Amino acid sequence: MTALQTALADGVTITKRNILKIRRAPDLLGGAITFPIVFVLLFAYVFGSMIELPGMSYREYMLPGIFVQTIVMSAQITGYTLTLDLQKGIFDRFRTLPMAPSAVLIGQTLGDVLMNVASLVSMALVGLVVGWRIHSAPHEAVLGFLVLLLFAYAFSWVTATVALSLRTPEVFNNIATIVSMPLVFLSNAFVDSTRLPGPLQVAAEWNPVSAVIQAIRELFGNTSAAMPVPDAWPLRHPVTATLLWSALLLIVFVPLATRLYKRAVSR
Amino acid sequence: MSPAILAEGLVKKYGDVVALDGVDLAVPEGTVFALLGPNGAGKTTTVRILTTLLRPDAGRATVAGFDVVAEADRLRARIGASGQYAAVDDHLTGAENLEMVGRLYHLGVRRSKQRARELLERFDLTEAADRPVRGYSGGMRRRLDLAGALVADPPVLFLDEPTTGLDPRARASLWDVVAELVAGGTTVLLTTQYLEEADRLAQTIAVVDHGRVIALGTADELKGQVGGDRVELTLSRPEDVDVARRALAPVAAGETRADAATLRLTIPVSTGTAALTSALGLLAAERVAVRDAVLRRPTLDEVFLTLTGHQAGEPAKSAKSKEYSR
Repeated sequence: MTALQTALADGVTITKRNILKIRRAPDLLGGAITFPIVFVLLFAYVFGSMIELPGMSYREYMLPGIFVQTIVMSAQITGYTLTLDLQKGIFDRFRTLPMAPSAVLIGQTLGDVLMNVASLVSMALVGLVVGWRIHSAPHEAVLGFLVLLLFAYAFSWVTATVALSLRTPEVFNNIATIVSMPLVFLSNAFVDSTRLPGPLQVAAEWNPVSAVIQAIRELFGNTSAAMPVPDAWPLRHPVTATLLWSALLLIVFVPLATRLYKRAVSR
Repeated sequence: MSPAILAEGLVKKYGDVVALDGVDLAVPEGTVFALLGPNGAGKTTTVRILTTLLRPDAGRATVAGFDVVAEADRLRARIGASGQYAAVDDHLTGAENLEMVGRLYHLGVRRSKQRARELLERFDLTEAADRPVRGYSGGMRRRLDLAGALVADPPVLFLDEPTTGLDPRARASLWDVVAELVAGGTTVLLTTQYLEEADRLAQTIAVVDHGRVIALGTADELKGQVGGDRVELTLSRPEDVDVARRALAPVAAGETRADAATLRLTIPVSTGTAALTSALGLLAAERVAVRDAVLRRPTLDEVFLTLTGHQAGEPAKSAKSKEYSR
């Protein structure tokens, strides 16, 4: 077998392992489905009752925000699972096997794409119940979901890198929460970034999360002519910006995470 | 024939702490080699270097003819390793765990499944084969982990404290497995804190302390280093201990140790059975009642104490800090 064939075969083996794990651990999948539902309902009924937007309902505005919030949060599962495997010595076993070193991380991140699909489906269904609608052409809507999944995949390599450098599940969880909260909330997910004070506005508009949210708002048709798009380049070209961000994250973090994995031992 | 495992001057440092301070090993093919030492002596670090998990800071090593750094990929296809704690996947069944390992050794689907079934049977796990490992007992997990190391029938096997935490029956059955593998030509390097285990399984024992091999040889050779035999006497009455100790001075070849709690005296002697006979005669003359008397070879515990100045069970002082540094 060539190196590439080996890497693919090993990647498939590890992906199967992760799918089995998801099936056997209902708590993990249950969390991935129910948390987003709770968020949709809370935001729809709590903030949705208070906030008025020109030309569109707040529920339609915030649902893309919740989509992206969920994939950012669930990328933490990638990192958390990796720290657990590291601690239990499973990586020691893998690393003494003649397998491709990239396979473990590829298998983990691909398994997490399935978790994201489950989350997105449950959120979209609940979203439809509370009044969110797709106003665009079907192919645009499909593209919207694909863009989301691509960014989610790229982002899970970021959390994999962080997890492998922090090593313990507890530390990882703390750091990941501290980093991901501002990433989600200092964006256009739930508020109109043009109304933020100066420096915060710049930060929010160049935040990659904002580009992703703007991209899917446009692809799902959840925009309003009465709400002007900010002048920042990523929000003017949100789909391109999202693709560039995803590519950049993959280029930087795939080799970085793989390198850390190769040196990772349980203790 | 070149040794199955060869290490020369292995050094590994974690910051200021020296985990390995120039370890040399040579393990002939088809033999069992034991690394014996307390926690933090450097046993696990040595195994991790030999199984490609760690890179040495200095020195070189080959396993099955392949360099542990430069030819790590090819080396991995020739080894099996089982760690201190069972590296098995909780959510997968026993069979799925082993099949996964088989696939990762690139044995193919059918061979992986077949090999998994064979090993589950061999390790008495057939009944639990299709249950998730989460419900396994500690001993079952260890057996499954060991089975994982054997999936590819590797010519060289590394077992890091394979029987720590096993009950006596499980330990005995693991010893049988090791003996069987070696009879089939496998080379085994194991680490242990149990002197009995090294004595029982290994042709060659390296005593490791503070990252260095401080003694090397067969169990008998190591025992020889601490001098001759021991006469061990158990007395009936506590008040006799001091009397007996004085009375036995003529036969003792070294310092007599007395344990007040168990009423046991251990006397190094140089004349074997003759010493035992005269010891009993001397005690009879003093009217000391003796409940039990044996002549025996020194234990490896005594070897360890002589070589290192501390018991095998207690960690070396400077090595203790290393465990927490990573």
